[in-house]
Amino acid sequence: MLSSTDLEALALTLRLAAVTTLILFAVGTPIAWWLARTRSRWKGPVGAVVALPLVLPPSVLGFYLLATMGPNGPVGQLTQALGIGLLPFTFWGLVVGSVLYSLPFMVQPVQNAFEAIGERPLEAAATLRASPLDRFFTVALPLALPGFVTAGILSFAHTVGEFGVVLMIGGNIPGVTRVASVQIYDYVEALEYGDAHRLAAVLLVFSFVVLLALYSWRPDRRKV
Amino acid sequence: MIEARFQLDWPGFSLDVDERLPSQGVTALFGHSGSGKTTLLRCIAGLEHAARGALTFDGEVWQDAGTWLPTHRRPLGYVFQEASLFPHLSVLGNLRYGQRRSRAAAGNGFSLEHAIELLGIGHLLGRRPAALSGGERQRVGIARALAVNPRLLLMDEPLAALDLARKQEILPYLERLHDELAIPVLYVSHAPDEVARLADHLVVMDGGRVLASGPLGETLSRLDLPIRLGEDAGVVLDGHVAERDERWHLLRVQCCGAGLWVRDSGAPIGHAARVRILARDVSIAHAPSHDTSIQNTLPARVESLGDDAHPALALVRLRVGSSAVLARVTRRSADRLGLKPDLDVWIQIKAVALL
Repeated sequence: MLSSTDLEALALTLRLAAVTTLILFAVGTPIAWWLARTRSRWKGPVGAVVALPLVLPPSVLGFYLLATMGPNGPVGQLTQALGIGLLPFTFWGLVVGSVLYSLPFMVQPVQNAFEAIGERPLEAAATLRASPLDRFFTVALPLALPGFVTAGILSFAHTVGEFGVVLMIGGNIPGVTRVASVQIYDYVEALEYGDAHRLAAVLLVFSFVVLLALYSWRPDRRKV
Repeated sequence: MIEARFQLDWPGFSLDVDERLPSQGVTALFGHSGSGKTTLLRCIAGLEHAARGALTFDGEVWQDAGTWLPTHRRPLGYVFQEASLFPHLSVLGNLRYGQRRSRAAAGNGFSLEHAIELLGIGHLLGRRPAALSGGERQRVGIARALAVNPRLLLMDEPLAALDLARKQEILPYLERLHDELAIPVLYVSHAPDEVARLADHLVVMDGGRVLASGPLGETLSRLDLPIRLGEDAGVVLDGHVAERDERWHLLRVQCCGAGLWVRDSGAPIGHAARVRILARDVSIAHAPSHDTSIQNTLPARVESLGDDAHPALALVRLRVGSSAVLARVTRRSADRLGLKPDLDVWIQIKAVALL
């Protein structure tokens, strides 16, 4: 069956995906809220930047991340000055890359869910004495819940399936940055097709199950 | 007293209003769609941030050049055209949402229980909004607005999204509100029958401007601004049930210093009653006639004559006691009777509808 290196790679993958998804909930929700409700002329540019990872080759994103987080990049200088050290080739470097890479998978479903709510429930809450923050947590969040579930599943699954960005900024350090997709790449390079098959099958089944759950799940479409 | 002055410029629409509205009774904001009545209501609620102007409610400043009280700090209740209940909460959850957040301020003194009882929704509390009929939803929406104990109730066409049967289901509840509520109500409507039944004060709007504003009876009887009550121009008079004629199933409603016989609705003696008299049901004579089938014959004084929709017709405004009544006659009859201001005449009212 799966070797201990395989299990280590899978555990790392799941940890990366879980941490990334949690951070994305915190980072993506305000962006989605702003994009859903703003009339600013910056809506277009910000939306485009958020969507960039959808079309950009992962190696391009990874390259820029490497350049900015490296010893001579601005982020690298900052992290060094703060005593954190350099992020490339560390787990947290992977997290930063994954958050950026999966950002549209979080922001877009949540933004759509916020837009679908419309102004009316929030106005009703305002006439019922709810402050803006109160309205957000007691009306907007519960009504957008199906969007959050979709966004969480997609972000998690997309991070599991990540390869190019990891290879560029994480390299291939066992237990630190060697995720399952990189492990499969290693097996294939070493012509160990049997090992590659096993791990690939695990990822295939995982991805299918996640997508099956997503497509079969019918949120309770309650009407006002 | 509600003093509202608002200016708003949108592409294709502007609002320019400077009005003082009474802070008691039901004030109807009446007009066609696009007349700005809903926008005015939203300005008063603080839901239109773009509006410039000033708003004071019983001396409290809610908005002026340097003040903007956000909606959630204004002591108002708001009923939307579609009930806009929160779908993720039960009926009781919806009712409690506002009640929990409103301090026990001096308002109508309404408890949640009273609101539930008044709107007859006690049996619905555990349900989800999706499981309610349109009429039930709107009743819950009204109870939810009352449960915050508001000092001003704003209602934006609460019946417009409902079919006729649902409307008839809710109107009695609104009439109970009218009778029992001590707080002022601003009621937006384009339906003359709702205005006739509920309003005490009428504000007529068109194109973002106020055309007329005043007590209901006075505003309805203005000749320069005939407002059609359903099928026709007419007036609404307030009075009380004074006498019952058991034999003929009639009630005498005392209003404007005169008695009017109407069909017995079962209302008890002394009960407040509102009647509607359409201009087409009123005829004018020089002397009272007793050999006629018409029950209601009253002395009146001509106030003024005005044009009607057709050149053959004239609208006559008459003073009956303290109230004004409209009559529609042909120009030829008006000429033959020599109708002119301050002429004493008799009017015969063919039909009086008890509302």
